Amino acid sequence: MSMFDIFNVSGSAVSAQSQRLNAVASNLANADSVAEPGRLAYRARQVVFQTELMGAMGAAGVRVAQVGEDTSPGRRVHDPKHPGADAEGYVTYSNVNTVEEMVNMISASRSYQNNLEVMNAAKSLLMKTLQMGQS
Amino acid sequence: MMNRLGDSLDFQSQALVLRSERQRLLASNIANADTPGYMARDMDFAAALRQATGSVAAGASGLSVPLPKLPGLAMAAGFGAATETTLRYAAPSQSNLDGNSVDMDRERASFADNALKYEAALRFINGQVRSMLDAMKSPQQG
Repeated sequence: MSMFDIFNVSGSAVSAQSQRLNAVASNLANADSVAEPGRLAYRARQVVFQTELMGAMGAAGVRVAQVGEDTSPGRRVHDPKHPGADAEGYVTYSNVNTVEEMVNMISASRSYQNNLEVMNAAKSLLMKTLQMGQS
Repeated sequence: MMNRLGDSLDFQSQALVLRSERQRLLASNIANADTPGYMARDMDFAAALRQATGSVAAGASGLSVPLPKLPGLAMAAGFGAATETTLRYAAPSQSNLDGNSVDMDRERASFADNALKYEAALRFINGQVRSMLDAMKSPQQG
């Protein structure tokens, strides 16, 4: 019964989107993390989605292929009094872009809601199918 | 005689199977709305129903492009299943930088439309079952 595959497909999407939301949460939490002198600051994590085929008839779910790190350089601020400042008086913050992360968060939560609605629609259709011929 | 009873339900049951397959296709599109490089797919429902019910297939609708053969996509043709010839890539209305061609507005509209038509097919089946049961009753039963 092909309608049951919808739960697998949308379920995989919901779990992928929640992983993306998780990455956004840790990025936002570490937006103002400071690197210790001589060490790397926190780097923004980004999830990479990939299509995953489910079942014979080409039902396409989603999976998180990898969680990559943003390799761009961190924000450097001149603040010689800061305990984390290096020899030149610069403090290196993480390379998280808060605006991008907020956009990412809104997009992830909208996609999450979309997939939940798809599952609810499939559930109500299946419930009506179970009552076929009884009305 | 039993065969004729079954035949009257056959068309609607084929439609129901195809509707559920299209529903799954649309769910896949919505699930992959954020996947880079994903191409949205849709079903040519009229052609699929003609094929499933054995009628002569006419020309395909001009709105979509035919689905080329993909090595990774195994599409088995089972009972009432839409074969490769009736699955198409949806023509994107706006191009996307990451190669994703899912148009969320269109997918949501098609999803609601398909759910409604699935329910309509269910009601037709229920109505036919009821008519058949009424016809089987003896006049004394009322």
